[in-house]
Amino acid sequence: MQAVKITDKVYWVGAIDWNIRDFHGYSTKRGTTYNAFLILSEKPTLIDTVKKEFYPEMMARIASVIDPKKIEIIISNHSEMDHSGALPQAVAAIQPKEIYCSDMGLKDLTAQLYPNFPMKTVKTGDRIDVGGDTVSFVEARMLHWPDSMFSYLEKENVLFTNDVFGMHYATGKLFDDENEERLWLYEAEKYYANIVLPYSDIVLRFLDTVTKMGLSPKIIAPDHGFVWRKDPSKIVNLYAKWAAQAPKNKAIVVYDTMWGSTQTMAQYVAEGLRLGGTEVKLLSMHACHRSDVATELLDSRGLIIGSPVLNSEIFPSMADVLCYLKGLKKKYLVGGAFGSYGWNPAPVKALADTLQAMHVEQAAPIITSQFVPDEKTLQACKELGLTVSKKIAEQLK
Amino acid sequence: MKYICEVCGYVYDPAVGDPEHNIAAGTKFEDLPVDWTCPVCGVGKDQFKPAE
Repeated sequence: MQAVKITDKVYWVGAIDWNIRDFHGYSTKRGTTYNAFLILSEKPTLIDTVKKEFYPEMMARIASVIDPKKIEIIISNHSEMDHSGALPQAVAAIQPKEIYCSDMGLKDLTAQLYPNFPMKTVKTGDRIDVGGDTVSFVEARMLHWPDSMFSYLEKENVLFTNDVFGMHYATGKLFDDENEERLWLYEAEKYYANIVLPYSDIVLRFLDTVTKMGLSPKIIAPDHGFVWRKDPSKIVNLYAKWAAQAPKNKAIVVYDTMWGSTQTMAQYVAEGLRLGGTEVKLLSMHACHRSDVATELLDSRGLIIGSPVLNSEIFPSMADVLCYLKGLKKKYLVGGAFGSYGWNPAPVKALADTLQAMHVEQAAPIITSQFVPDEKTLQACKELGLTVSKKIAEQLK
Repeated sequence: MKYICEVCGYVYDPAVGDPEHNIAAGTKFEDLPVDWTCPVCGVGKDQFKPAE
């Protein structure tokens, strides 16, 4: 296991998780990396660690360039367990003089039962001497946890950004110029949609703050995926675009079905959207993972949901995806709902409350169908699609 | 009086309210519903403290 050189003084010493397919309920078809970075200054400094079970891989990479015991400082930019899991073992082996983190990082790591670490807290603007270079800190609260923090190695001009600007993408090629955009772009979008989207307003303010601070890093080093050395502005500009949630004439129809009725209704809704000139994706929860639905929602304006009724509740897969999407707080959505039932239409009608709680502007009343939808109901479904399409078009004017 | 969220730093300003969650401008922090949560990080009112 070798460290990978990023600059004369900075090395990647992380781990590659080729086989992970479920990252806390987010499907990771291409695996991921847990990036840790080593600054070989006069006071050698380790930035973040890796998931617990990847500790041996990280230590082997460190040992390829330095005796780990020579590391004097550890910086924790993010206390989520895929970056702090290996910290107890690393601290025991390295015995660093100091561990730096944010105020909330201290609370998090303490609550993760690491009480005896030599912790010091830092705030935005604080700087520490790492021997021959300086690390300055920028707190990035809620990007994407309360503790999140950026560290900036001043002379080398490298910005370590915790999970921000990362993606779940396993690769043995550690740099942007070595990876194909057609392969990583969906994963970058998916990461934003599933992890960062709820904090989009903070992203916009934060990008503005960083610009005003005069930071223009030559290299951006996130905690997942690869390091941006050729064109760091690429991912920064993508974040600005995604965070703005600019309008696009696109809608998704998310549904599940028991005996095919709700599916038929979904197809007519989608046809209405298509005829209205809206790009549409029909997403069955039998076929799609919730995290892929979230990714399709990222650049959509329309969200139409459909569910059958099971034991006087909406279908479990719909409850799952709606709970998940609600937490992502996508803005500016317009939509509606529909569904089939046997004898109790109330759960379908209650989808109106679900849409309201998600701040989705409802373009038309809920459409219900007892057992099998008749021609009139299917035309109403098509009308729902057309109405949503029209509303989106109005927003785009 | 303004209140700050001790978790994420969001500031509740009664002059602004929380319009996205139907809290009108002019609503005092004390008068927010008991189930009101921080619009940024989601914690309850008990994790806020006076900001000034």
